[in-house]
Amino acid sequence: MNLPLATVSKVLKFSCVDGPGSRLVLFLQGCNFACPSCHNPHTMKLCNDCGDCLPVCSTGALTIVQGKVLYDPSICEHCDKCLDICPINANPKVTQYSVDNVLALLDQNKPFLNGITVSGGEATMQLKFIIALFTAIKANDKLKDLTCFIDSNGYLPEAAWKTVLPVTDGVMLDIKAFEGDLHSQLTTRSNERVLSSARLLFEAGKLHELRYLLIPERTDTAKEIAELSRFVGALDSNLPLRLNAFQHHGVQGEARNWPTMKQPDVERIAQDLRAAGLSNVVTPAVYI
Amino acid sequence: MMELTKRFKGIAEDPGLSFAQKARYLSLEAENSLPYPELDEETAKALEERVICDMYEGHAPFKPRYVMPDYSIVLEKGSTYLELDPATTLDEAINSLTIAYHHVPSVTNMPVFIGRLDDLLLPYCDDVSDEDLYKKLELFWRYLDRVLPDAFMHANVGPTDNRVARTIMRIDAELKQIAPNVTFIWDPEVSSDEIFSQACQSIIECSKPHIANNPLNQPLFDEYGYGIASCYNVLPLCGGASTLTRINLREVARRSKDTADFFENTLPKYIDLNFRLTEARIDHLFNKSGFFESFLVKEGWIRKDRFAAMYGIFAMAQCVDELQAKEGRTGKYGHDETANKLGHRISKALYDAVEARPIENVWRGKAMLHSQAGLSDDDGCTPGVRIPYGSEPDPVSHVQALAEHHAFYPSGVSEILTLDETVENNLAALKQLVKGAFSQGFREFSANISNNDLVRITGYMVRLSDIAKFKECGGSRTNTTVLGAEAADKGKILERAPRVMSHELAPRYSQ
Ligand code: SF4
Ligand code: SF4
Repeated sequence: MNLPLATVSKVLKFSCVDGPGSRLVLFLQGCNFACPSCHNPHTMKLCNDCGDCLPVCSTGALTIVQGKVLYDPSICEHCDKCLDICPINANPKVTQYSVDNVLALLDQNKPFLNGITVSGGEATMQLKFIIALFTAIKANDKLKDLTCFIDSNGYLPEAAWKTVLPVTDGVMLDIKAFEGDLHSQLTTRSNERVLSSARLLFEAGKLHELRYLLIPERTDTAKEIAELSRFVGALDSNLPLRLNAFQHHGVQGEARNWPTMKQPDVERIAQDLRAAGLSNVVTPAVYI
Repeated sequence: MMELTKRFKGIAEDPGLSFAQKARYLSLEAENSLPYPELDEETAKALEERVICDMYEGHAPFKPRYVMPDYSIVLEKGSTYLELDPATTLDEAINSLTIAYHHVPSVTNMPVFIGRLDDLLLPYCDDVSDEDLYKKLELFWRYLDRVLPDAFMHANVGPTDNRVARTIMRIDAELKQIAPNVTFIWDPEVSSDEIFSQACQSIIECSKPHIANNPLNQPLFDEYGYGIASCYNVLPLCGGASTLTRINLREVARRSKDTADFFENTLPKYIDLNFRLTEARIDHLFNKSGFFESFLVKEGWIRKDRFAAMYGIFAMAQCVDELQAKEGRTGKYGHDETANKLGHRISKALYDAVEARPIENVWRGKAMLHSQAGLSDDDGCTPGVRIPYGSEPDPVSHVQALAEHHAFYPSGVSEILTLDETVENNLAALKQLVKGAFSQGFREFSANISNNDLVRITGYMVRLSDIAKFKECGGSRTNTTVLGAEAADKGKILERAPRVMSHELAPRYSQ
């Protein structure tokens, strides 16, 4: 049997910002958007084994064997020079996880957890793995009370959502923008699929939270906020809406010149949304 | 004598101290001008080199370090000595307690334990409305902070879900005072989910209370039960602890050739010497000081046979790293499996040695091992078995690395988990983390939320806004003495003795 493996860039044993309660988070490598505002750009692409990053690694954590770049986490010093040099926004520091590997990890940390979240990159690019993993969790007597969540950009088509939703408890969905051209500018893709994913997930009772990244002069305009308010209101005015604020941390390229979003402006927008009837608007706890 | 009078003068004229603080330091100096309880040469040398330590408690122990009275005695029977009748109303009960506190000594001369307050006050609350209860307890809380300003003074509530516990935790979260410190005693069989949630929500708001794991603590104590005092000491009620001595494990490791030498020779040697130090101090307290002639014993607030000897250790992290280096290994304590296992082995060796040695005039005839939370000046040594501040792993790995130690420290082990402020929006995550920690054997859970104004330093609370105020104008309600403009950084400000200070951490005048 050909069991799926996941390409994982990072595992967090404890997160309180990736869904309800305390969660283990798997960050899967690779994304189908290419947002200039991304604060983790090295999660976008899968490594093509070009070898460009080997010379900058001073610890010997990176080697190339039979044309494949290999990574040894035990000697890596996390200087991230390999990430800076990579020409395609990939990451050599990834680990392949089987479903059993993740089950073992969950088992070890079970007493501390309410659930697991797969995030990214864009997690749904490794959909087969997610389905296999969530199915295995639900079938495991010790683990089945853990909830299974996906953090997504919503680009997955409807038919594919339908294959994963039966084993998924909830989805956190990002909407980057409402105006079509703006969305394309910000993500390199159109937003039709994103908006229909939001509706589909909501109808299925699986939309746990919508997220909206506020970027000054781009997504914080009166027109965009009015669209946001209308869109969420049309689904459910009690739907959790998390406002995120664009900051420079981790961002590379032209978006470093964009202004950052300030707390008073975020709070003002949150107030406006609440005044328009949305009852569950959450603002960031930290600005970094 | 010249030297001594010079020190007295220095204290009397120090503009950085309040008059009460001066009086306390002067009395300490006087006590320390007396000869030390007699020690053999080897013990004296180890103390001099500070491989073993008496917490600078003073040369003539004339009171136990921690006194844990059964305050129900004074409430139910009154006190002949204090001319108090039994309490019949909530006002009388609170009034009797506030009087009682002034007659309970401790190492700091302030009470370190003010009772399991819900047990004590509930019998007087039947006819009291919620509103009145809130108002009376709020004034009581204000009184405690203003009159007994010691960050180690500790109140306990729980494990039952009751009006007094709920109201106290609500007031504590609202007032955000430094004193008193609070522990909520949690028991999954007894505590409701609502009160457990309230305790966790309060941690989010003010980093208080600590939460104690009752199923792990209760079986060690008898029908009198236990209380939690000061900075994480679990002690018999109606008694307390005579002494706290401690071994600096880093110094023991430095004096060892390798791990084998540590376990076979040096550690047993210093365990023995620390016992001798403990015995000398207890002997003075029991046989020379006359403390147990006090009305506290006569009236039954405390019993002479219920005083533990706390046998402390600290600098486990530095000890393990030192031994790892001697073995040519690089893995660090708190992060490396081998290093963590070595730490657990040291804790077990200490526990076995303490259990194996009978000791006189001590509750149940054995000392109690304690993971000691530190003094303000410990020369780069990490408190107890903690992972060095700033190098802690994620909270789950943190708990997993330390949980195995907890079984070995019956008189308390204090950890502080630092959580980032994103947990504020996620109460469920904090609750799960506490439950997870308890299921792995944690006796006690304390957390700092990183943007809270009230934070713990080594175990006691400070208010960051007080420090900011000092920086700006050199004066705030919490410190009436003028602070100089040079007191700009946090470390210095804490040394400058704010009004609410941690007396236990500053056991001597150090100018
Ligand atoms: S971060 Fe990258 S470059 Fe740096 S040590 Fe690790 S693998 Fe090598
Ligand atoms: S991580 Fe980037 S630079 Fe390194 S081998 Fe892969 S594609 Fe090349």
